[in-house]
Formats: sequence, C-alpha cells, structure tokens
Amino acid sequence: MQDSKKAQEIRIIIARHKRYDLLFIIIGVFALMIAVLTFIALFTHMLIDGMPRLTWDFFTSFPSRHSGLAGILSAWVGTTLVMLVTALAAVPIGIGAGVYLEEYAPKTIITQIIEINITNLAGIPSIIYGLLALGVFVYQFGFGQSILSAGLALALLILPIVIVTTREAIRAIPVAIREGAYALGASKWQTVSDHLLPYSAAGIMTGVIIGLARAIGETAPIITIGALTFIAFLPPAPIKAEFPFLSFEWLMAPFTVMPIQMFNWVSRPQEDFQFNAAAAGLVLVVMTLAMNALAIYVRYNMRKNIKW
Amino acid sequence: MSQGCNIPIVIFNLFGSALNRYLFVTPPQLPAETTTQPKTLGYSHRRHLYERLIETLLFLMAFASVVITLSIVVMLVKESYVFFQHVPLWDFLTDTQWTPLFDNAHYGILPLISGTLVSSAVALSVAIPLGTIIAIYLSEFAPFIVREIAKPFLELLGGVPTVVYGYFALLFVTPLLQKIFPELPGFSLLSAGLVMGIMIIPYVSSMAEDAMRAVPMNLREGSYAMGATRLHTAIRVVAPAAFSGIAASYILGISRAVGETMVVAIAAGMQPNLTWDPMEPAATITAYIVQVSLGDLPHGSIGYQTIFAAGLTLFLITIMFNIIGHIVSRRYREVY
Repeated sequence: MQDSKKAQEIRIIIARHKRYDLLFIIIGVFALMIAVLTFIALFTHMLIDGMPRLTWDFFTSFPSRHSGLAGILSAWVGTTLVMLVTALAAVPIGIGAGVYLEEYAPKTIITQIIEINITNLAGIPSIIYGLLALGVFVYQFGFGQSILSAGLALALLILPIVIVTTREAIRAIPVAIREGAYALGASKWQTVSDHLLPYSAAGIMTGVIIGLARAIGETAPIITIGALTFIAFLPPAPIKAEFPFLSFEWLMAPFTVMPIQMFNWVSRPQEDFQFNAAAAGLVLVVMTLAMNALAIYVRYNMRKNIKW
Repeated sequence: MSQGCNIPIVIFNLFGSALNRYLFVTPPQLPAETTTQPKTLGYSHRRHLYERLIETLLFLMAFASVVITLSIVVMLVKESYVFFQHVPLWDFLTDTQWTPLFDNAHYGILPLISGTLVSSAVALSVAIPLGTIIAIYLSEFAPFIVREIAKPFLELLGGVPTVVYGYFALLFVTPLLQKIFPELPGFSLLSAGLVMGIMIIPYVSSMAEDAMRAVPMNLREGSYAMGATRLHTAIRVVAPAAFSGIAASYILGISRAVGETMVVAIAAGMQPNLTWDPMEPAATITAYIVQVSLGDLPHGSIGYQTIFAAGLTLFLITIMFNIIGHIVSRRYREVY
C-alpha cells in the first residue's frame, strides 16, 4: 500500500521533471528561431529594398551622385584585387606556419610563445589591424592608401584562421602515414609536401575560403587605412599588351571595396541611396554566403571521402 | 622550487637549442664503407641543407605572427606616446568630454568608454543567454537532423558582413523599436547593441557547444543512471564539466562586442556622449576611429594620434579580457 503511494509520488516527480525537459526544448527551439528569423528578416528586408536596383547596369556603372545611376563597378573590381593580394600573402604564410607548428616545432618556449600569440591574435579587434596597417604599410613602408596596403591588412587579419585550420587538417592525418613515408627514406619535407599537404588540402581549403569570406566583408580595417569612397575609375589593368605582359601598377592604385561602398550609401541621408545600399548588401551577403556554403560543402565531402 | 630560479636555465636551453638547430648542424658520422654503396643512398649534404633551409623558412613564417603582435604594440605605443606628450594621462582618463577635432579640444576617453561598455552590455545580455540556451539545446537535446541543419546555418549567420548588420540595425531594428519606444532617437546604442548581440550568438553558441560535446558520454550516463532527466544532466553535470570552454566562449563574445565597429558606427551615431542610458546615441572607441579615418587628417597631427591612443585603449581592454579568459579556462579546466 505504502509502496504504491511512494511510486505514485515518484511518478509525479518524474512527470514534472519531464515537463521541465519539454519546456526547455521549447525555449531552445525558440532561441534558435530568434537567430533564424533575424537572418530571414535581414535577408528579406534587403531583398525588398535592393532587388529593383539589381540590374546589369548596377554591376557595370561607377558610383554617382545620382542614386539611380550609381553602381558598384569600382567596388567589386577593388574587392577582387584586394582579395587577390590577401590570398597571395596569407595562404603561403598561414600554411607554412601551420606546417611548422604541427610537424617541425620543437617543444621550446619560442614555440609556446608563438602558439599563445596566435590564439591572442584571433581575439584582437579588426580595427586594430587597420591601425597597424595605417602606421606600417601606409606611412612606414610608403605603400599609401593602395590596394597593396588593404590586401596586406586583411591578410594579417585572416592569418590566424588559416594557421588554425591548417593545423587541424594536418593533425587529423594518422601518424602511420608519416611513419610509412619515413620508413621509405623520405625526408621531413618530402613527407610534408608529398603526403601531408595533399591529404590535408581539402581541410586547408575550407580554412582559406572561410578566411577570405571574412576578409571580403571586413570594413573597419580598410576604412582606417583611408580608402576613398568615391572612385569613378578602375585601377590600371594587370595585363598589358607590351612585353612583360604583367603590370603591377594596380597594387599602388587608390580603390574602393564593396563594404565601403555600402557603408558610404548607408550613411547618406537620402533614402534613394539606401536602396543602393540594400542592393550592394545583397551582393555582399550572397558572395559571403556562397563562399561559406562552398567551405561547408568541401568539408562535408572531405569527411565522406576519407577512409584512413 | 620557485619558477624564477629556472630563468637562466630556460634562457640557456632556449638559445642552446636554437643555435644547435639552426647554426651548428653537425653531420652524422659517416660509416667507412659508404664508398661501396650506391651514391644515392649516402648522406647527402645538399639534401640536408635543403631540409634545414625549408625548416628555417617555415619557422620564419610561424614567427611572423609574433612579429605582427609586436608591431601592433610598438605602433600603438609609439603614436600614443607622442599623443600623451600633448595631453596629460590624467586628463585623458578623467575628462568627461571628447572633442579632439574642435577648437576647444577636450581629450577625455570616458565618453567613448561608456559608449563601448553600454553597447557591449546590451549585446551580451542578448548573446550570452541565447547563445548558452542554443548551445545546451544543440548539444544535449536536439535530434541529429536539427543539429546538422542548425550548425551550418549558425555558421552562415556568423559569416554575414558586419556592415550588413549595421544596415539592418539602422533601417529595420531602429524603426521597429521606435514603434515600441516612440521616444527612441534615430541612432541609439540599444538597437546597435541588440543587433550586435544577435551577431555574436553564433560565436558563443558554437564554442560553448563544442565544449559541452567534448564532455565524455559516461558522465551523462552516470547521471541518467541516477535518475536525472536530460535538463538536470545538462545543467548540473555537463555545463559544470564544460565550464572552462563555456567561459572561454563568453570571453570571446565580450571581446567581439567591445571590438565591433561597423554596427555601432552606422546605427549608434558618432557623437561622443557620456551616458549609461542605452536609449541615447553615443560613439564607441571603434566608431570614433572610423569617424576620424573617414575625414582626411594629416599624418602626424594630434587628430591622427588620437586614433592610436583610442586604439591602444581598445587593445588594452581586449587584451585584459583575453588574459582573464586564459586564467579562467586554465583554472577551471577539467581533464577526463
């Protein structure tokens, strides 16, 4: 008799606790929904405002004082060139640093300092990188307010991302692969370049893509360098008709990039320009989302294909 | 033994090993019968040199990150030093006005710091509760399929450029809030902070979730065996076990909020304003740097140096949080 009464009490407690469980699940889904709905609101708001402006002309016109004629030609060309510099600077250094820390680094204080330092670099606000670039690249090295300065500033910013993903990708390769290579007489660098780097290429690639996606959207460091917002011309073409065929004048050219163009339009009081901002924002979001989606896809495929 | 006594030994080891590794490369003793072997199997000086060269090159690449940090510090301190020769440090810390570009210049950092703190506080009061709930939900409750969809989605949310969030705060959230609080001005710390909070959620949730997923399964199983429900297990077993990781995610959120630039520059106005009321417009440290950079200040002028002094303040604040984060995560790290 008493036992069944106790069982009854316990059942009530269990039922109550299960209700708490359910309640938390509802709260959890609700919290997730807030994040999802914000994104949907952001995207639809931009879509409604920006879609009418997204014509072919928008991509092929320079910015203008008339909101209806303004376009993002100089902005997307600038973004492309800046990203080229960023990738060329950050990818080799990032991969090299990752390989060194994972495969070569002896357990010394220097290594420890480097590791702690990389964690800290990732936490430094992007605008501080802008100040560094302003002081060092723009004035100390005399690169001026150019594509080169901006590209290098963003390269510094994404370096920790590339290093960390490279390390993770290399660490995921089983030791047996290295031992196999050494057993056949391969030197350390041969092991790294013939085995470890190719096997971790997909993982490194995701890091590079995510880093570049972040760099595309970064505005603060480039504003700090002093990029102009009204650029109604393109930088000199990198390919020439005459002999060396390559020209590097564009590195030193003044420029604007997509996020700066958008910031400029957002901060204007006239409402018409805000439609331009919405359209530019749409292009920017689609670009970064496409890059992130590509990274997720590469990682997903990589997980599927690897069978150590 | 105290750590101080080790320093000379440590330094000796440091330089000893570095010298050994990079300067005095002693070739191993060659066996006498090398000559009878085919040439390709022997010890190759060229190959050895090449390997050393590569290793040195890779080391320099890794060391570049230290150079970057050092040059950030040197740059900020150097320009701020010039600034503090014009402006006494005491004025900088106590003056309640920040008007460096006016004729009647005041250089008090307090208004910028109050703006930064208020917007960060609003952002964190959104990001920390929501981020934690999402992390617990995804790690302990969500079915596999929900997690597989939600995680990449949150990653995408974190990948949206901040200037787009600024646009969203100014043109969507502010008008929305004005319907609830009609007296809200067009620029306010509140709307910038709210959007910043949503922006930071993915950073907090993904890092906290990783920490909770790393807690070994047998702790949960033990808890279930004692008759605890999933919520009990999540809050009383998993969360304390993952505390160091969760704390690290909060610290990351804080340093994101403090260093966030574009959202506040667009949606909070750029007027320095000593206030603790989130309903008012104000400038943050980052917004001030943007405002100055948009104008054309000559290199070496006092206005140019103010952004480095402001940057140094920001750098010190974020470094302080990073150090707190290191200490907390080290102090409370649980090893299983």
